[in-house]
Amino acid sequence: MLEVRRALKDVLAGSIFIALGLAFVLGSLVYDIGSPLRMGPGYFPLALGIVLGGLGGAIIVKGFLAGEGDAIGAFEWRAVVLITIALLFFGFTVRGLGVALSLFGAVLLGALGRSRTTLLEAVGIALALTVLSIVVFIVLLQLRLPLTGPWLPF
Amino acid sequence: MEVLDNLSLGVETAFRLENMLWCFVGVALGTAVGVLPGIGPTATIALLLPITFNFEPVTGLIMLAGIYYGAQYGGSTTAILINLPGESSAAVTAIDGHEMARQGRAGPALAAAAIGSFVAGCVATLVIFLFAPPLAAVGLTFGSPELFSLVVVGLIASIALARGSTVKALAMIVLGILFGTIGQDPFTGTPRFTFGIRELFSGINFVSVAVGMFGIAEILRNLGDEQTRELVTKKVSNLWPSREDFRRMIPPILRGTVIGSGLGILPGAGHVLASFASYSVEKRISKRKGEFGHGAIEGVAGPESANNGAAQTSFIPLLTLGLPAHPVMALMYGALIIHGIPPGATVVDREPALFWGLIVSMWIGNLFLVLLNLPLIGVWVRMLSIPYKVLYPAIIGFACIGTFAIGLNAWDVFAIALFGILGYVLIKLGCEPAPFLLGFVLGPLLEDHLRRALIISRGDPTIFISTPVSAAFLGLAVVALVLTLLPAIRRKREEVFVEEDD
Repeated sequence: MLEVRRALKDVLAGSIFIALGLAFVLGSLVYDIGSPLRMGPGYFPLALGIVLGGLGGAIIVKGFLAGEGDAIGAFEWRAVVLITIALLFFGFTVRGLGVALSLFGAVLLGALGRSRTTLLEAVGIALALTVLSIVVFIVLLQLRLPLTGPWLPF
Repeated sequence: MEVLDNLSLGVETAFRLENMLWCFVGVALGTAVGVLPGIGPTATIALLLPITFNFEPVTGLIMLAGIYYGAQYGGSTTAILINLPGESSAAVTAIDGHEMARQGRAGPALAAAAIGSFVAGCVATLVIFLFAPPLAAVGLTFGSPELFSLVVVGLIASIALARGSTVKALAMIVLGILFGTIGQDPFTGTPRFTFGIRELFSGINFVSVAVGMFGIAEILRNLGDEQTRELVTKKVSNLWPSREDFRRMIPPILRGTVIGSGLGILPGAGHVLASFASYSVEKRISKRKGEFGHGAIEGVAGPESANNGAAQTSFIPLLTLGLPAHPVMALMYGALIIHGIPPGATVVDREPALFWGLIVSMWIGNLFLVLLNLPLIGVWVRMLSIPYKVLYPAIIGFACIGTFAIGLNAWDVFAIALFGILGYVLIKLGCEPAPFLLGFVLGPLLEDHLRRALIISRGDPTIFISTPVSAAFLGLAVVALVLTLLPAIRRKREEVFVEEDD
């Protein structure tokens, strides 16, 4: 049991690499592979996908032989989920709502990702940062971004 | 006199009003992010890249470069005042610098750092000036086999000089290259791994990758363990070092400059390595070994000169061989490509104003930095009181606007989330994000030269060994890889990089 715990970090890392390597290998098989002389679009990713899988395997083996053993630490679920939602929210709404509201929402969601920030604080931070960003990016740097969008009645 | 012509072209370009203005903005921003723990130059440059797309290429690069070396100055301020390096290369500065601050000598420590950085910056600029053109001339003779092997060396060496597990770093490079293949295949035009999404045909934007891996992933990690910061000195007085201080800091500054300018050229974390190397040299040759760790001014002056010198000479491989040695350089590489300038040996010849203007601007920038960091130190100290709960939502907001503004493409914003999570998980599992970014940026180049070389050789892979220069590069890559795997060297590397964690 102790062995597994020591290797956990490496086993997880190795598994991710193997999974991603496999995904790229399977994805490449759809394309023309070709020969070394006339490589098709699938050749390079296929070869590297295999290499990545091999490296993932090596990381797992190394983990069991000489794992670093230190703890992975808590996974910040709240921050990961809220910051992801914040970015998705911005991406999906920026055309419809315009930069002002969309950014406000994204920053608010992001600020709430930290468990010790209160809702009131988050609203204040989001408001201040939205105003600041609009001044810096749209007024000063003149990026061509729409402030409001077609989803809004005004 | 070709040198004088180049110099005058550089001076003319760098002293244009808008270039000086953006150089100033760059170094000021660089100092700010160097001072603030929790946001580094890589994330900042990624966030600000989109803005520079509206500029002339030379202006944009001058500003981005300013952020990078400005951050080396700013990092030392945080290291000295709160014992928390704002930038990884300032970690050793904290050892003696913070001790000096606790003894009430923060002023001389900050002055030693700034003066050392300035001297090193000037000398390193001169080094680029003298050595870049001959190296570029060599680079011009390279064909596809040589360039392929050169990229391999660059990627491998970046692991050798970085921290952490070699196998994991290798896997990160390969993963980065694989993500770099997403988009249209350059030879046949077939869209690869795009799932029919039109927005992905041109590939994943490297800004999204960098912002996700270095910005968002870093935020997630910081939210996991928020450190409380304690300022030793709110007010810094007595900036000017005494005559005795001056006498003690001049030799370390000169030695640090040489060490830094030399190591900076190597791919990998040259500037981090340089400051550690300089510190151990100073400690070894000092007559006052006992003072090290207890506020020796040599321990501040040497490493600070070294890291700034290295930050500047690390432009040499990028501008002469098209080889980014560091994540920041990888972003510069991307910036050049967006401006339609292929990075590499041709830059010196085809874009002389950009090349020489950038170099001269570094000297101007260093002058700005001394002015910004010594008389205005109080402003930066006050910035340290910005709480993280305000700072990180600002990074998220800037990330949204900045990446969306590149091409008004929502997929660029979604990609940040993807790479943020991927980066966070992998960092937690002990994989460094830097090799991933280098792989991602250099991947297309690697594939391109591999396929070209094999067409030249009619499919015979021995071309990489039968071409002497290419064989030498590959040999170098093998040596670098073997060295990192040797237990003795590995221990030494852990020793060198261990303090980065604190």
